[in-house]
Amino acid sequence: MMNLLHKYASLKNFYFLSLRLSRWLTLPFVVALVYAIIGALWIAPQDYQQGESFRIMYVHVPSAWLSLFIYLNMVGAAVFALIWRVKLSEIVLRACAPLGAIFTFLALVTGSIWGKPMWGTWWVWDARLTSELILLFIYFGIIALFHAIEDRRMAARACALLTLVGAVNIPIIHYSVQWWSTLHQGATVSKMGAPSIHIDMLIPLIVMSIAFTLYFMIACLVRIRIGIREYDRNSNWVNYLVKSTLQKEHD
Amino acid sequence: MNSVARTINETTSRELRKTFRNPSELFYPLIFFVLVLTMFPFAIPPVTGLFNSIASGVLWTAALLAISLSLETLFKADYSTGALEVIHLSGANLILIGIGKALGHWVLSGLPIALLAFPIGWALDLKFLTLWVLVTSLLLGSATMSLMGASISALTVGLRGGGFLLVMLTLPLFVPLLIFGSSAAANASLGIVPEAEIYFLGGMFVLSLTLAPWATAHAIRIRLG
Repeated sequence: MMNLLHKYASLKNFYFLSLRLSRWLTLPFVVALVYAIIGALWIAPQDYQQGESFRIMYVHVPSAWLSLFIYLNMVGAAVFALIWRVKLSEIVLRACAPLGAIFTFLALVTGSIWGKPMWGTWWVWDARLTSELILLFIYFGIIALFHAIEDRRMAARACALLTLVGAVNIPIIHYSVQWWSTLHQGATVSKMGAPSIHIDMLIPLIVMSIAFTLYFMIACLVRIRIGIREYDRNSNWVNYLVKSTLQKEHD
Repeated sequence: MNSVARTINETTSRELRKTFRNPSELFYPLIFFVLVLTMFPFAIPPVTGLFNSIASGVLWTAALLAISLSLETLFKADYSTGALEVIHLSGANLILIGIGKALGHWVLSGLPIALLAFPIGWALDLKFLTLWVLVTSLLLGSATMSLMGASISALTVGLRGGGFLLVMLTLPLFVPLLIFGSSAAANASLGIVPEAEIYFLGGMFVLSLTLAPWATAHAIRIRLG
């Protein structure tokens, strides 16, 4: 285990591993995305109450899922960064944060677009919406802290600590917001009107979530490679890589 | 006195000494707190009783802002003069330093704000039960804020835009305290004794007393490199 960790946590090895990983992930991503789009737009039947507009769920739910999944990834990376001081996990942390913020934002915006015809308003102080909004602010905080500290490694370690502080607080925030919102208003329309969902609607949703997750992984790997190049910019292999790329472009 | 109590005591009394040598600093959070409160009646429609009905929530929000802002100075002077580094090198237990710092901060901001909320709430016609609950919830909530905020304060000390950054990082974390603190006061104004909310605030206090000083110690170590 530790040997494997050492082998792949070395920046150079991971760089080339990530190139291969990206290649393997691309085809499943494209297939899943194409199927999910067809499934979401044509196969899935209209909702008996919401008509066509429920289909925004196929962007909304995967985004909301990713907004939490990315945070979980960041918590894992933060633990590795703080305890074992693994450079790679610092890069992963930095790569993940803006992606998490983007998906959280996307979840909020799509929810809001869906809410306008359904609830008649762009915004409701509903528990899930509010805690998602606070999650967005936590992402913003982490990104801001990254930019405020100049030393890259110190910034990463500070953000790792902040990520863990956030991780302890996110469940508390989530449940207290839920408690607050049930106290303030009666039953709001919950996201999936009925507790059960038609199988033709569900399968595209699952596939779309997988496609989104694969997209996140691919995008994250690109950002990780950029991060590795920045961290190791004075090493021979990065210089060689850059030179050979320039050479290719020149020819 | 054993060494644990001595370290905390030394750190806290040092915080107090530093502020008492420049006593005007003592009043900044309090004046800010009252100023924010004064702004609200200008912003809301002048309906009789409207401000009084939201007073406990407004008091809580103003206290939250004042305490968040005052957190900025907690490590600033020690960081820029190098005292923090000396403390770190002295081999003192940074966790205890974190507790001492938070305690000092609470005595200088949370405690006076909670006490000041009493006459202000009284002037705003809050009922006696509401007043007591408000002050209790502010005492517990502000202690939690000091403990949690100390870690964020240590993390952002000496950074560009430190004040904004600090408030941006702390406010989302303080949301549960605001929810339970202000709803405790709101329930009390309806004549319900808000045991659950006070217990929750107590639980948050104990949790942050357990975890936050550890985070503060780690944050100091990270910032000193």
